[in-house]
Amino acid sequence: MADTPYAVEMKDIVIRFPGVLANDHVNLTLQKGEIHALLGENGAGKSTLMNVLAGLYKPSSGMISIHGETVNFNSPKDAIAKGIGMVHQHFMLVPTQSVTENILLGLDDPKFIMNLAEYDKKILALQDQYGLKVDPTAKIWQLSVGEQQRVEILKTLYRGANILIFDEPTAVLAPQEIDDLIQTMRSMVAMGKSIIFISHKLQEVTAVADRLTVLRKGVATAEGIRVAGVTREKLAELMVGREVVFRVEKKPQKAGDVILSVEGVSAENNKGIKALNNISLELRKGEILGVAGVAGNGQSELAEVITGLRPCTGSIKINGEEVANQRPSKAIKSGVSHIPEDRTKVGTAPNLTITENTIMKNYGDAPIGNGWSINFTEAREYARGLKKAYDILAPSVRTMARKLSGGNLQKVILAREISSSPKMMVAVQPTRGLDVGAIEAIQTLLLDQRERGTAILLVSEELEELLSLSDRIAVIYEGEIMGIVDAENADINEIGLMMTGTKRSEQ
Amino acid sequence: MRSRLNTLFDALLPVFATLAALGVGMIMLLILRVSPLEAYGALWEGAFGSTNAVAETLVKATPLLLVGLGICIAFRANVINIGGEGQMIVGGILATQIGLTFTEAPGWLIIILAMIAGFIGGAIWGGIPGILKAYFRVNEILSTVMMNAIAVQLMNYLLRGPMIDPTQLEKASKIPQTARLVESFRLLRWAPTRLHIGFVIALVLAILVYILLWRTTLGYRIRAVGQNPHASRYGGIRVRRRMVTALLLSGAFAGLAGAIQVYGVNYRMITDGSASGFTGAAGFNGIVAALFGQLHPIGTIPASIFFGALLVGANKMQRVVQIPSALITALNGLVVVFVVSSEIWRRRRQRQRLAFARAAEKDDAPPPSEINPSAEEASTS
Repeated sequence: MADTPYAVEMKDIVIRFPGVLANDHVNLTLQKGEIHALLGENGAGKSTLMNVLAGLYKPSSGMISIHGETVNFNSPKDAIAKGIGMVHQHFMLVPTQSVTENILLGLDDPKFIMNLAEYDKKILALQDQYGLKVDPTAKIWQLSVGEQQRVEILKTLYRGANILIFDEPTAVLAPQEIDDLIQTMRSMVAMGKSIIFISHKLQEVTAVADRLTVLRKGVATAEGIRVAGVTREKLAELMVGREVVFRVEKKPQKAGDVILSVEGVSAENNKGIKALNNISLELRKGEILGVAGVAGNGQSELAEVITGLRPCTGSIKINGEEVANQRPSKAIKSGVSHIPEDRTKVGTAPNLTITENTIMKNYGDAPIGNGWSINFTEAREYARGLKKAYDILAPSVRTMARKLSGGNLQKVILAREISSSPKMMVAVQPTRGLDVGAIEAIQTLLLDQRERGTAILLVSEELEELLSLSDRIAVIYEGEIMGIVDAENADINEIGLMMTGTKRSEQ
Repeated sequence: MRSRLNTLFDALLPVFATLAALGVGMIMLLILRVSPLEAYGALWEGAFGSTNAVAETLVKATPLLLVGLGICIAFRANVINIGGEGQMIVGGILATQIGLTFTEAPGWLIIILAMIAGFIGGAIWGGIPGILKAYFRVNEILSTVMMNAIAVQLMNYLLRGPMIDPTQLEKASKIPQTARLVESFRLLRWAPTRLHIGFVIALVLAILVYILLWRTTLGYRIRAVGQNPHASRYGGIRVRRRMVTALLLSGAFAGLAGAIQVYGVNYRMITDGSASGFTGAAGFNGIVAALFGQLHPIGTIPASIFFGALLVGANKMQRVVQIPSALITALNGLVVVFVVSSEIWRRRRQRQRLAFARAAEKDDAPPPSEINPSAEEASTS
């Protein structure tokens, strides 16, 4: 080790945000000319760790050395100077400018006269070196996502990066583009570059990486182990873990009639890429169907399609009535309540009061409204009742929603959604980012609803939560249901494997 | 206690901003070798010094208030309406046409019809950009401004041709104006001043707009759409329709301002070729009045009177201390700049207070910029 120092050595890295330990004494070493995968679920602390390496955050404690030299980054500029380049998941490109212009953006050279043709040639030479083909004169908006990513890579290479961090690079790519990217990464390490590759897809990791580090809830569960020696089952276990923090009491209960039936539903996400592919599932009265999966595999789109917020093909019936491609108000009237993923952007209007937020779905109904006017005395009375019943901590019901903490905001949403006595509920990440007390309160509320006979579709990235709340668990991967298992005797490793798209369970 | 002080300070901020603007104006007056005391004395005298002065102030305030009410509605829905000028013109044209067509009808009927016509004319002129925004994603700031240009040319064409005063046709001068309205069609006046009942109408409407925005389903929907279109859609509100409604209503109030201008002050439409010849720039100044009134219909009442006073008082000031009229315009502009920037400052203070409150709770990770201050600059550069 003394003769060939690590390209990157991160030692005992602790990153503490107020109230959160994002990284807890994590070690990571990257050898020159290797591909090192950083594996973990969303929120495990992968991006935080890499942002430290890229100079965006300062660690609370710990040491970083680059090629044997201890460094202390104060800004991304310092990191770039040391040859570290990050290829972000969300591209940072100017759509109306050409490839060359984007690559030169922010550099001191050219100084004044933009002799683009000359730089086009330089960039072509760089492309030949690494096999990254893209027309330097093309405008960014004309390029495919895969080509845009190549521009991002060229940008870091042009700045002289020899340590490259890829932040979930395959998330946005089509299968063929993924193969090309893997090819590029291989040729880059062959040229002596070193790569850290953030991912939560086991297939890609085992296909491309030499070694890997696994993070779970900020702690490294595996540090720099060789990929060759481990099974995918083992990796899934390292990633999702098996300990259960606490379990709320769930009474055994027989599911009733079918409330929701989804048949052959496909839909596109906001970028126009297929997000749901021929999904079929059934949800019964008094049952919680959990949807497991790594974020961005179509869960949000599934929830939106059912609640009428997103167009789709196929059929969605609630109590036998078709609701696909109708207005959101139609789903609300059919008794569907929705706890959306984004509390502040979708679930509430931050600058409206608690009262105004709680009446969002019943402002037209007596005694609060009569169709054209709203009786705010009644509305406030109603909101006060909810505030008390759901233990929402706020000075008064006239308090603006934006002043509430995450847990209390979620309680406002739950209070509103539950008080409409829904037949069915779509809950997306209802406990994400909340403290333990709030999580328990909200999970108990969901189980109460189940006992009342509400059919609940629960989307969550927390496997423990799904296992303790759900009756059945459907695993979704790239917009497809990989299998549905009984929560009672589910094998967590099997679910982990399905979540990473490796195996379809036998039904 | 502290929060109450903060609220009071926020409410008085526009007043402080105005004082600061007058302070800067004082420097400009000193450079012109004019006594600021005398100048501002004249300003006050001109605006409030006599019954007639007060009446003139209120006459000027009326269209500002009406346009401002429409602006409150549009801005609450988070759509920007810069088309007050055009909407006033179209409202004025339609209202005038009613009065010129039915000269034999009873006065009360024509006045009601004319007000409705003005309301509808403005609604159409505001509704078109609304539909363009909601369904074709056309930026409403651009389209409302363009609609102003169209309205001006429409007015110039009509007043030179189809709607021209028949007596003007015989003269060589051919002044582009309509015939005068019959006496019985004119709005009630407090003689000998020019103050007309339109001001009272505007006051009543201010209360109605308050009720609309904070007591009705429609107002709730409009505000919800303005605050968070995603949440509104999720809550079952038809977001695009409400955007159109907001611009439509906004235009309608400006159109009504146009109609009242004709029936209360001018008794005819006349053009000098520009929009402000008819509107007195109330379509723009109404926006400022609404902002000054914190986009609250009731707050817009004193705000409009304030700007009305500034407009009327400035005339007197110009006459008494003999300063160029450009300075008056500059002074108006200063007030606008100071008031609008104080609004930005107020929001920043609010956000800071919120950030402090959040930090005290300590249950959220701060944004990265707070962890490593230099990081944000570098990543955006």
